[in-house]
Amino acid sequence: MAMHNYPYIWNYLPLVLQILVALGLACGMVGASFFIGKHKNSRTKAGAYECGMDPVGDARGRFSVRFYMVAMLFILFDVEAVFMLPWAVIFRRLPQITGSKMFGFYEMLVYLGFVAVGLFYVWKKGILDWSAEKGDL
Amino acid sequence: MSHLTDFQIFLILSILKIAVVLVITLTAVAYTVLLERKLLGRMQNRWGPSRVGPFGLLQPLADGIKLFLKEDLMPMASERPLFILAPIIALSCALISVAVVPFGAVTRIAGVDMFDISDINIGLLVILGITSIGVYGIALSGWSSNNKFALLGSLRATSQVISYELALGLSLVGVVLRAGSLRLRDIVDSQAGHGLFSWNLIGGGQIIAFFIYLMAAYAETNRAPFDLPEAESELVAGYHTEYSSMKFAMFFMAEYANMITVACVATLLFLGGASSPFGNLLPTPTSPIIAAILPIFWFVLKVFSFLCLYIWVRATVPRFRYDQLMSFGWKFLLPVAILNIIATSLVLALRG
Repeated sequence: MAMHNYPYIWNYLPLVLQILVALGLACGMVGASFFIGKHKNSRTKAGAYECGMDPVGDARGRFSVRFYMVAMLFILFDVEAVFMLPWAVIFRRLPQITGSKMFGFYEMLVYLGFVAVGLFYVWKKGILDWSAEKGDL
Repeated sequence: MSHLTDFQIFLILSILKIAVVLVITLTAVAYTVLLERKLLGRMQNRWGPSRVGPFGLLQPLADGIKLFLKEDLMPMASERPLFILAPIIALSCALISVAVVPFGAVTRIAGVDMFDISDINIGLLVILGITSIGVYGIALSGWSSNNKFALLGSLRATSQVISYELALGLSLVGVVLRAGSLRLRDIVDSQAGHGLFSWNLIGGGQIIAFFIYLMAAYAETNRAPFDLPEAESELVAGYHTEYSSMKFAMFFMAEYANMITVACVATLLFLGGASSPFGNLLPTPTSPIIAAILPIFWFVLKVFSFLCLYIWVRATVPRFRYDQLMSFGWKFLLPVAILNIIATSLVLALRG
């Protein structure tokens, strides 16, 4: 490890700067295109695009419940996936900490077992089946 | 420089790095578009852009000027603040993640690492987090347009991106297991030594993880064969149907910037980052300038090859059907990623 002659926390400063610069750049682009481009608006032009026909109704209608299901499942499984990262970081040091060679592995196997059971349940419930006609979904 | 404090030097060098990297990234984005059009053209037995400048090299410039001069339309039915916010989120998120990518060997000037904007402990997490925020750009653009095609496109894109994010995140766990760190420099260091044969892709036994990552990354960036959000035969253009002028271009820039980020992450995690594929076979360069430039050359070469692979796949593979896409992500990639974690950790535990 190379030596640092500045505190570690400074490393976050360029990241913050980058976020600010990226935001500024994006806002600048939107602004620039607003001021450079011409504006000749008409009622038809500013209507919603529906292949040249008059738009029928509003877009805020109902859509398949499967999208909500996927969003909920994503949150569940993503939280489970995030729990795996700290374990992965420390995994090679676990034998020294716990004094057992396989402890870390079995520990995670149990956890992954729970995740797999969850996935299996969702799978068998048919929530991942987008092609099937499911009246109850 | 003696009258400047450490902090001022650090700040000035950081701003310099950010400026250079952003200019290079934006240029790379513009020329990736050209590269794609050229390569796709040649693969389909046609020329691709060839009129603007020598070999069409000024095409990105012409496109940029044209898009700036186009009318900036604001649909009446749209939700104005969100409609404007969506491309800003999409583009800025795509440009932020470059900040943690180390693109060269450690080279210090005044104690500041010049080839890595922000060398933090949680680099990989930052990239994962920022790309997740990018989903908001897609979701908001479709919803705020108040257009049926845009809404459907953004729904598809959102559920696709979040589904494949699981497989993507899990495929990286194997690499983190081997490196024992989320810091990207450490992950690269864990693959140094024997060149090609110590890369995670080959020597590290993470080839399955690499392919999971590859497919999940294609889906994450909404690229062929997973480009259903913009399936033009069904959805006109997907979530950016209502956008025009530079706002439209920003979604494309975000897409290509994300491609570059994905290529960078693949290079760092599976292809040994900025290290040479020949390991110690090549003599260590004596001149400090060559020692600084050579790793960048390898890094750029790897990223470039990965981008070419992207384009090659787009020219080769037809589009998925939506139900196939979802079941592929959830029923194939996710279980395989879990199995890969189990196998990797078992091998590591047994080897001690």
